[in-house]
Amino acid sequence: MKQLMQGNTAAARGLYEAGCCVASSYPGTPSTEITEEAAKFNEIYCEWAPNEKVAMETAFGAALAGRRSFCGMKHVGLNVAADPLFTVSYTGINAGMVICVADDAGMHSSQNEQDSRHYARAAKLPMLEPSDSQEALEFFKKAYDISEEFDTPVIVKMCTRVAHSQSLVEIGEREEDIDVPYEKNIAKYVMMPGNAIKRHPIVEERMRKLRIYSDFSKMNRFDDGKSNKIGIITSSTCYQYVKEACGDLYPVFKIGMVWPLPDEKIKEFAKAVSRLVIVEELDPFIEEHCKSLGIECEGKNLFPVEGELNQNIIAQKLLHSKTTGKKLDEKIPPRPPVMCAGCPHRGLFYTLNKNKCTVLGDIGCYTLGAVAPLSAMDMTLCMGASVSALHGFNKALENYNGGSPADSEKIKNVVAVIGDSTFMHSGMTGLANIAYNQSKSVVIILDNSITGMTGHQQNPTTGFNIKGDPAGKINLENLCRAMGFNRVRVVDPYNLKECNDALKEELAADESSVIISRRPCALLKYVKHKPPLKVNENKCVGCKSCMRIGCPALSIKDNCQRGSRHAQVDSTLCVGCGVCEQLCKFDAFESTAKEGE
Amino acid sequence: MTTKNIMIVGVGGQGSVLASKLLGHLLTTQNFDVKVSEVHGMSQRGGSVVTYVKYGDKVYSPVVEKGEADFIVSFEILETARWLEYLKPDGQIVTSTQQIDPMPVLTGAMTYPENLLEKIQATGVKVDALDCLKLAEEAGSSKAVNLVLLGRLSHYFNDIKPGAWQEAIEACVPPKFLELNKKAFELGKQA
Repeated sequence: MKQLMQGNTAAARGLYEAGCCVASSYPGTPSTEITEEAAKFNEIYCEWAPNEKVAMETAFGAALAGRRSFCGMKHVGLNVAADPLFTVSYTGINAGMVICVADDAGMHSSQNEQDSRHYARAAKLPMLEPSDSQEALEFFKKAYDISEEFDTPVIVKMCTRVAHSQSLVEIGEREEDIDVPYEKNIAKYVMMPGNAIKRHPIVEERMRKLRIYSDFSKMNRFDDGKSNKIGIITSSTCYQYVKEACGDLYPVFKIGMVWPLPDEKIKEFAKAVSRLVIVEELDPFIEEHCKSLGIECEGKNLFPVEGELNQNIIAQKLLHSKTTGKKLDEKIPPRPPVMCAGCPHRGLFYTLNKNKCTVLGDIGCYTLGAVAPLSAMDMTLCMGASVSALHGFNKALENYNGGSPADSEKIKNVVAVIGDSTFMHSGMTGLANIAYNQSKSVVIILDNSITGMTGHQQNPTTGFNIKGDPAGKINLENLCRAMGFNRVRVVDPYNLKECNDALKEELAADESSVIISRRPCALLKYVKHKPPLKVNENKCVGCKSCMRIGCPALSIKDNCQRGSRHAQVDSTLCVGCGVCEQLCKFDAFESTAKEGE
Repeated sequence: MTTKNIMIVGVGGQGSVLASKLLGHLLTTQNFDVKVSEVHGMSQRGGSVVTYVKYGDKVYSPVVEKGEADFIVSFEILETARWLEYLKPDGQIVTSTQQIDPMPVLTGAMTYPENLLEKIQATGVKVDALDCLKLAEEAGSSKAVNLVLLGRLSHYFNDIKPGAWQEAIEACVPPKFLELNKKAFELGKQA
């Protein structure tokens, strides 16, 4: 029987069936589950690498050694891995190598919505685009065949809706493991100019052959339509939207291999229809390619570049119909994501807000420190940028070469905040720059002992591997000291006084320092919580001091009988962290613990 | 059969993932084509979350758009109001009456709208509202709201036998919590 399977799980199944042996990835929504699911197969060695560049190079090494390999990442992760990507295109592979990149149109959990298809064209690599879970499984397997036939890594591009939607899948058996002997080949694998110059024409020739392959590939297929007034070219999840909106009214050319595109088939399709419309999310990638072939077509004149598409937008533009529902004439307060009750980041961000710090932030759950009432973040760019930008910020304002006293005043309260996993990913190199080029900087590592936002993945500081088994553990304090930082201290973010004292002292010190704010994520299964707190209504005066930490378990409620307002704790959310208690001048918070607890 | 669309809406962390998993399993055993779509990552942190479950002879799009939902199953009344526009004119709402203040309300920047249930009913849509939190606590855990809601929803699926629901619960709930969840389902069904 067919199984209901998430796109990412089906992709992992594809890796298994294809005989993949080594998978190295860095977690990133919406790509994370591929490697997590692959790790459930004992036949595949899986790991979390410190970052995507390391993951891709590891996968390359495994392919070079003669085993089918994989690395997966989100769209912005491919930026980090772009360096090996462009040159592994030149060297080619030994055994098959597949790279998955998962885009996030609509930015459900990302800082931008770049279109990764451009990478396939720029790095001259084939790219496949599945549109549901069954295709995810099949395309991942197909990718290995293409990889070995054409001596190239193959990119499979997922998107949020394909990665995180479940649809029915027919599974198969695992193929025999590929074991290609490793042979030394300096001209192919040592990319110094003399060798690389000879490899470039091979890459161009490969692309020419792949164009022909694309024209004959069943991954690019025609769906018949009743009327040829319009013909639609589409791929990925947009194919599903088109079919839902139009059914079999118009012919559809469904693209499964999005690079290189099937030029001859596109021309043939275009000739057979009166009006050619390209339906694709984000950039006009297919549209511009068609125009470069001299084919007249529409696309972004109808559909937005920004955000996700859906069946409704397509029906509106192509069928001039749309569905609507009843709407309330009422202002509905938004419900933005918030730091969880008991989140260890909260106490630290409260301290930063209280000290009016300029906070250069980073990527993770703690980016929510920017949300009111904490509002303790000034900048978030990309993985690791907090540390490097802090160095630049401080260098620009340091009181030398005519720097004004006003400038030195500005840098007094500037800090960087970065999570443990993000620090391992790309914060270390920024910290090396501070150590080397000597800015007076205060870096705060928010060590919650896990990669939080993507759903609890282990990292080099946690002491466990992807399967949860004991692994190497990097000691953050020793690492920072080894880089030359004399001032490295650890604070408990549940202790507001300790955080405040440490922050003040380190900002006042005359050398750089690292503060490690350490407490495991409150959602980790092994974390034991205290019983929830409650409010003594006789003591609470409704001053709202406790509301300054933005805890979702706290609210202010009217007590109609008493005619007063007081704080209230939601006992289903409160984990007894006690941060609110430290803000109350009236001792109004009490434990609900029974005697002996 | 034409495609039926269910939306499960609530607040991140309320248990919509299990609810959609269970529905997905149930509908697959009934030999429908099924798609379930949810969003992971940042919005899960206490934000407004939505999951789509679609089934029929052939399902294409994994998402549900405005005016397309046959059912909205909601964990929280403000979320019911937020997603109301997605309901078909003749669609059915099954909602918990629970209220959870979003951050702009907690900080005092905005107020939680009053009498939301009445206002939703006044638009003329079909609403089945019940205090799922109370029933879940009666079953043994405030976390079982999802099963109370599904129990209630099962009323509207006449062609699915009760045994199939039981089998789906057994397949999706860890054995340790099975009795509790079955009880929550029954309480929702009988409410």
